[in-house]
Amino acid sequence: MSDEQTTQIREAIQSAISENPVILFMKGTPDQPMCGFSARTVAILQHVGTPFAAVNILPDPRIRQELSGLSNWPTIPQLFIDGEFVGGCDIVTEMYESGELQTALGVEDANGSEPAPEPPAQEPAPLSIENRL
Amino acid sequence: MASRYAKGMAATDAPATPAELKERIEAGIPGATAEVSGDGHHFNAVVSAPAFQGMSRIAQHRLVYDVFGTEVGDRIHALSIQTKASETENIA
Repeated sequence: MSDEQTTQIREAIQSAISENPVILFMKGTPDQPMCGFSARTVAILQHVGTPFAAVNILPDPRIRQELSGLSNWPTIPQLFIDGEFVGGCDIVTEMYESGELQTALGVEDANGSEPAPEPPAQEPAPLSIENRL
Repeated sequence: MASRYAKGMAATDAPATPAELKERIEAGIPGATAEVSGDGHHFNAVVSAPAFQGMSRIAQHRLVYDVFGTEVGDRIHALSIQTKASETENIA
């Protein structure tokens, strides 16, 4: 791979993170998650009702490589809010259950004490999806 | 005791086991106790350590991931983590 391409991918990731208030890097898409942890994180964001951008990291292994280099985080999914790395599936789940996620997203904390929702089997919800990487 | 596994290196080509992960977490993070379950690919670790006190969740989870380096996502396909700062009663 050329350094130039790698730099382009890193810059595309950085601008996607800075341009989208809520962005999830995941395996697959919100409609078709390819991993249980990504599916669970999508289900939580959809339940909270916040619009979010999603980037599928699977098409090119360099996306994950550069993303993990930027975030210093080895696993997928990775959620960013207002340009800040928030965490992966475990942390998002804990923050949802404590209400911290709703606070960070600026949404109502009506469901803060509920257990995290399980991902639906096949129930795509309308979302604004951005996947230019 | 010192870990017999080098940090960030695959210990062996054999499948990872909950017992191995527990030993490595407890060896890698001072004072840590870990409960690990898993099937050889997907693992869940509940880790308590005094070192977690005052750290953000992200920093706590990074400490655990750092024990395994590049094995996470590879030999250890998935590692789900819950962390607790032990001796929480001493936090002001």
